[in-house]
Amino acid sequence: MGKNITVEELNTDVLIIGGGTAGCYGAYILGLNGKYKVLIAEKANIKRSGCLAAGVNAINAYITKGRVPQDYVDYCKNDAKGIVREDLLLSISEGLNEATKTLEDNGLVILKDENGDYVTRGNRNIKINGENIKPILAKMAKDSKNVSIINHINITDLLVKENRVLGAVGFDVNDEKAYVIKAKAVLMATGGASGLYRPNNTGFSRHKMWYPPFNTGAGYAMGINAGAEMTTLEMRFIALRCKDTIAPTGTIAQGVRAKQMNGVGQIYETKYGVATCERVYGTTVENMEGRGPCYLKTDEISNEQQEDLYKAYLNMAPSQTLKWIEGGQGPAEQNVEIEGTEPYIVGGHTASGYWIDDDRATTVKGLYAAGDVAGGAPQKYVTGALVEGKIAAEGILKLLDDDNGADFDSSYEAIINNYNKHLNNSDSDISIEQVEEAMQKIMDEYAGGISKHYQFNDTGLVIARKLILGLFEVFEKLRANDADELLQIYELRDRLIVCLSLIEHLLARKETRWHSFAENMTHENEDENYRLYINSIKEVDGIRIIKRPLVVDEYEPLKFTFNEDNSISYAGGVVL
Amino acid sequence: MSIKINQDKCIGCRKCIEACPGNLIKLDNKKAFIKRERDCWGCTSCLKECKAQAIEFFLGADVGGRGTILTFKEEGPIKHWIFSKGEKEIRTIDINSLESNKY
Repeated sequence: MGKNITVEELNTDVLIIGGGTAGCYGAYILGLNGKYKVLIAEKANIKRSGCLAAGVNAINAYITKGRVPQDYVDYCKNDAKGIVREDLLLSISEGLNEATKTLEDNGLVILKDENGDYVTRGNRNIKINGENIKPILAKMAKDSKNVSIINHINITDLLVKENRVLGAVGFDVNDEKAYVIKAKAVLMATGGASGLYRPNNTGFSRHKMWYPPFNTGAGYAMGINAGAEMTTLEMRFIALRCKDTIAPTGTIAQGVRAKQMNGVGQIYETKYGVATCERVYGTTVENMEGRGPCYLKTDEISNEQQEDLYKAYLNMAPSQTLKWIEGGQGPAEQNVEIEGTEPYIVGGHTASGYWIDDDRATTVKGLYAAGDVAGGAPQKYVTGALVEGKIAAEGILKLLDDDNGADFDSSYEAIINNYNKHLNNSDSDISIEQVEEAMQKIMDEYAGGISKHYQFNDTGLVIARKLILGLFEVFEKLRANDADELLQIYELRDRLIVCLSLIEHLLARKETRWHSFAENMTHENEDENYRLYINSIKEVDGIRIIKRPLVVDEYEPLKFTFNEDNSISYAGGVVL
Repeated sequence: MSIKINQDKCIGCRKCIEACPGNLIKLDNKKAFIKRERDCWGCTSCLKECKAQAIEFFLGADVGGRGTILTFKEEGPIKHWIFSKGEKEIRTIDINSLESNKY
């Protein structure tokens, strides 16, 4: 007789998976209504979990004086070369300032001028002290009416019967104990996926990366497995960061107006275009052609500016200040070397994620998505994720007015059996870490990682698909000695699932619309026929690609409809 | 990039264990320790929780670390970030949490 994990059943009206930016704000909005029981299931602790753990330097999505929400929509649309959902972007843009004000009312420090107006940084940003932004949000969620929080549980699977969500299953990350959570509605807010590709730092500092290494794509994986439709996974995100510490560059580029300069002293700032993907591409090409390393030219700033940069970085990425102090030379004396990160899948920066409607409903009835896990709306950043949490919460309230969910069944038992299987597997020579490294190597070499300058081609992608599929067999045999290892196993499973869908998306977009983000050397040019969304649904016999027409320019906000048996009736048009 | 928890200073209050976004800190013999130091993101959440200033933040040698450590102390709205090498304090940067970043 082997180990048998204990099982506890919980009941709630609304389950929020992930207490990060969108999840906490969604809970806060549901609490204002107060009618329904809300449970946040969080893998770590909502106080510092997710993207905002260390703090954030600025509010990057804000409608500044003289601008209108459509301006922000247009900016995002241009930056993504047209592949966005204008309905989603507009609804986000219209809520940015209100969400900012709510955060300020709850304690966020925002810089103001003598007239009491926010001080802007460029056209879309305002300056803040964001070191404690996550504790502020966490407190808002915690103090909300009818909201409870369970920290340190890792949700692994959705329970879905005939396309109606019934709840989810997870386990305590410190204890061999499983939770079966029944819910009438589920808000997916787990964040995006890092750790798919081999990272910049491969040794001791392997987790010194841009996106939280603990955001392993669980939300995508759960949705993919439940048959939810995904969109635009092929629009990967690659950040341009300070070398080694992978700290933000925007603070320097926008704060002290430092230009991008190559190793032979040329400013290449605008040579390759100024879209987010082109800034990464430019730096990549300069390096490929032997003109690296590349820098942000900071050696002209004053000592006073340097001191302010030290403080700004301590408020969001302390490792960079430590690096300057450690090296004995700050940015006033030495230009800041920059590099592109490994690719991530993250719907807060690109358009990758769940295919959702205007209410943030997914194609699974009762399942909503917000923040980095939701697709269609790039550049939502912190405030956009807040707004999306709010819109999803309002969508859930509407749903619960006339839908009480479906009868619970015993499908959770298979999930518990999987936990027990890993806890009882015999030891093998192949470790969790080895499989992770194998996955990252495959993605790096065949699906456009750092070592291939982000380029890939159809032949390599087909190899990547085969090799990743092969890893699933090894994965099944992995042994967990305790709950901590079970967590590592599931974080790996989530990424393998995301990798497979990502590869299908990369194969399906037979063009190069975004340099570096999706640079397919089999199809090197932009193709007008790909002015559409690449969506996907996992089915029994594999991943099916669906092409859908763009919701841009003259459009009706997308509203999904469901049949009486909960199957999806309408989820947008189809391009044949 | 990682942390080290000074076992002499740790008071076993579990606050860092609760806060770590990666579930990386565990308790052994009433003292906290980082179980997988290579998996630290470098967010410094644990430093901010620790009232005993038992946690030292450092850069791995692969990203430029040469032995300087960063510790953290909070007094009212003032956050003290203390940089030291060996026993010697190199410098301290104080940040008033009621003031915004300039950039």
